[in-house]
Amino acid sequence: MTSLTAAPPVQAAPAGARIDRDSVRAFVDTHIMPVADAYDRRGAVPEEIQERIGEAGLWAPFYPAALGGQDLDLVTLGQVHEEVGRGCSSVRSLLTVHTMLSWALLRWGSPAQIEQWAPSLATGAVRGAFCLSEPAGGGSDTAGIRTTAVQEAGGWRLNGRKKWITGGQRADLFLVFARTETSVIALLVPRRSPGVRVIPLEDVLGTRASLIAELEFDDVRLGPDALLGPSSFASGMVLSGTLDLGRFSVASGSVGIVQGCLEASAFYTAQRTVGGSKLRELQLIRAKLTDMVTDVRAARLLCHQAGLLKDAGDPATIMATWVAKYFASTAAARHSTEAVQIHGANGMSADFPVARLYRDAKVMEIIEGSNEIQRITIADEAYREWAL
Amino acid sequence: MSEYTTAQTQILSFIEARFPQASIETGQDIFSLGYINSLFAMELVMFIEKTFGLTIPNDELRIDNFRTVEAMADLVARRSVPVSVD
Repeated sequence: MTSLTAAPPVQAAPAGARIDRDSVRAFVDTHIMPVADAYDRRGAVPEEIQERIGEAGLWAPFYPAALGGQDLDLVTLGQVHEEVGRGCSSVRSLLTVHTMLSWALLRWGSPAQIEQWAPSLATGAVRGAFCLSEPAGGGSDTAGIRTTAVQEAGGWRLNGRKKWITGGQRADLFLVFARTETSVIALLVPRRSPGVRVIPLEDVLGTRASLIAELEFDDVRLGPDALLGPSSFASGMVLSGTLDLGRFSVASGSVGIVQGCLEASAFYTAQRTVGGSKLRELQLIRAKLTDMVTDVRAARLLCHQAGLLKDAGDPATIMATWVAKYFASTAAARHSTEAVQIHGANGMSADFPVARLYRDAKVMEIIEGSNEIQRITIADEAYREWAL
Repeated sequence: MSEYTTAQTQILSFIEARFPQASIETGQDIFSLGYINSLFAMELVMFIEKTFGLTIPNDELRIDNFRTVEAMADLVARRSVPVSVD
């Protein structure tokens, strides 16, 4: 018999790859699920968990073996981020931003940059973070970037502030987007550079343990090798491409949230008795679980499609990823609300994971392109394809 | 039909499919149309790399290489030349 929530058939991982959905599910169940609520309350993913992620090879498994990765395809990477997101969105968020920097380096970096950073990023000896949002503007408002990069003799001078930087409290290397006179460029900024200041941000609504920080760059001097990718008209592609992969990760993590809601709700309603009846016998409860089952499968398939297109290098992946992220994040918000409702007063308690899933799900509707921006972009595509 | 002309046709078809309201000539500056943003630029680079089986290095990602369909076909021809091995 096939499980109702079974993953769709996928291409086999490349020969020799050790990482797959099942191995990561086991890792999450063993190392993350038992402690996720505890460190969510403390507001920080423990260093021990992050080191175990490195031992499991999960920081950058898509890197080629020569750089310390496993040549993992992006379909499977999405499954990895789904499974981690099922366990804890804070950990998945750390993986997301590390993945974004690592991928941008692999795609746009010079051979020297890749040689310098990639092996350490693969093991997690160096942790990465993605720095776009600023105190004065939202993450989607790239035209409003005020952080400046001025080219000078010997390299670049960086000034400005970034906010809501996931992993910023811990990251060793920042991918910072800054404005020049002609474009927005990407710079690799080591945390230890003089003039870098890290200010922890605490008591946020969701992904509370994802080590969010505000960063200040005060006359930070960087060498010419800090520039990642082109500085001309194509520099926007570094940002677009990196955000696209981040969006894919968030979409996959959102599927994990729905799956987490489903598993918690099924377990709870199978045990809980109200008025002499098991909750699972109530039609209204069964309807909610049916909707979770349906949406998690649909969202997973959308992510699967986006991943297949990425692996094929097909530009259609960009819109497929927008659609997947929009569907999966709204499904996560919807079903985490229902999961809390199903748990009643217990759903508001830190003793049950659905409260954390509920808070984390809301974040998914905001990051890597808010749902409003997604609707604008997806509707633009609809008009472009069918109305003209 | 030469490989160069075929490349032009494929690139033009891709752009016209994305912007069916536009009437584009192979020598026309597509940036002057006002449709191009970084998202489409990325799609364009991905399309060229996938369709013609090549990787465009950073130093070739200049606006002049993408300004017209002809320029993009030139880029494809240039990047497709096999490297001689001594």
